[in-house]
Amino acid sequence: MTETLQQFVEAIRSHNAEWVAEVSEGHGEVTVLVPADAIFEVCSFLKKGHDFDLLADLVGADRGPEEDPRFEVNYHLFSTRHFQRLRLKALVSEDEPRIESVVSVWRTADWHERETYDMFGVVFEGHPDLRRILLPSDFDGHALRKDYPLRGYEPYSMN
Amino acid sequence: MGLENTLFESLPDVVTVKLDAVVNWARKSSLWPATFGLACCAIEMMNTVSSRNDLSRFGAETFRASPRQADVMIVSGRVSRKMAPVLRRIYDQMPEPKWVISMGACATSGGVFDNYAIVQGVDKIVPVDIYVPGCPPRPEMLVHAITMLQDKIMKESVNDRRDTFEAESRESQVPGTLPVTEGTALEKETEIEVAQQQVSRPYTIPSRHERRKSS
Repeated sequence: MTETLQQFVEAIRSHNAEWVAEVSEGHGEVTVLVPADAIFEVCSFLKKGHDFDLLADLVGADRGPEEDPRFEVNYHLFSTRHFQRLRLKALVSEDEPRIESVVSVWRTADWHERETYDMFGVVFEGHPDLRRILLPSDFDGHALRKDYPLRGYEPYSMN
Repeated sequence: MGLENTLFESLPDVVTVKLDAVVNWARKSSLWPATFGLACCAIEMMNTVSSRNDLSRFGAETFRASPRQADVMIVSGRVSRKMAPVLRRIYDQMPEPKWVISMGACATSGGVFDNYAIVQGVDKIVPVDIYVPGCPPRPEMLVHAITMLQDKIMKESVNDRRDTFEAESRESQVPGTLPVTEGTALEKETEIEVAQQQVSRPYTIPSRHERRKSS
């Protein structure tokens, strides 16, 4: 099952070898680690050249305050023509939590990137409307970071 | 509302005691809930009004979508911090007499969600008359809550539930920012207006029954 996926990885690698920093495989899934500044080109290459027309999910993760780079952004791609799923992973550091937005490649990335910004603080450059989506707009902090306490800082009060 | 206020104030106490029974009977027998189904408890609320456990037997004939036409607000479901000012605004829009039933564990105390996003109990936002535990409470439990509320209403006095005076209520401050105007052009306008009229105002004027000491 991963042979067709490996072909896609080879296609990316032959187009530009720097784009594939690392490939990991497990449970029939293939993950390609992509440098964060190349993510837009990789995504448009995969969408236009290899029919990865569905962005199934765009989700951030916090690897922990001690890791560097701290955040990762995962792109779950699905190709309806080849019926294959591929995951792209981009690592973003805490000091410069910026990555290019893929909204112009897949429009669904709009709200997913807003959620990743809301929960982790990763800023997506080129996003048309980057603001909080799930938490109240005057919320302080980014809630799904590992060092944000579960209960928050203050109990709710209306004043 | 204005008529009741002035009428009941001018009557002597002897008459209001007799009037209590009639007025409270009328109020309890036609408690029209405002739909405030937020989450899973709303499904059980739907069950309560459907034919198997029929809530309209007890007078809750229609669920009014507009809070201005409703008597009781059944808060069914978890209230997030983002939703809290909306909840308060809907409660404020209900005219007196009004009651609140907090349905389910999440509305009563935050339920299983002890975290940054969920308000730990809706009584931090609105005054609650009846709490219904459960996750979700069975429809029969909600029916019991309505009957308990009806018993509570029978014991009230007609002087307890009066609207605030108009001038006073006009000066109260709008709670929070509504999600609807956020990020739109309207938000800037309202912010400018608010900044221009910035005077120190009380957050919200509680109606008289919120301040009384007896339960």
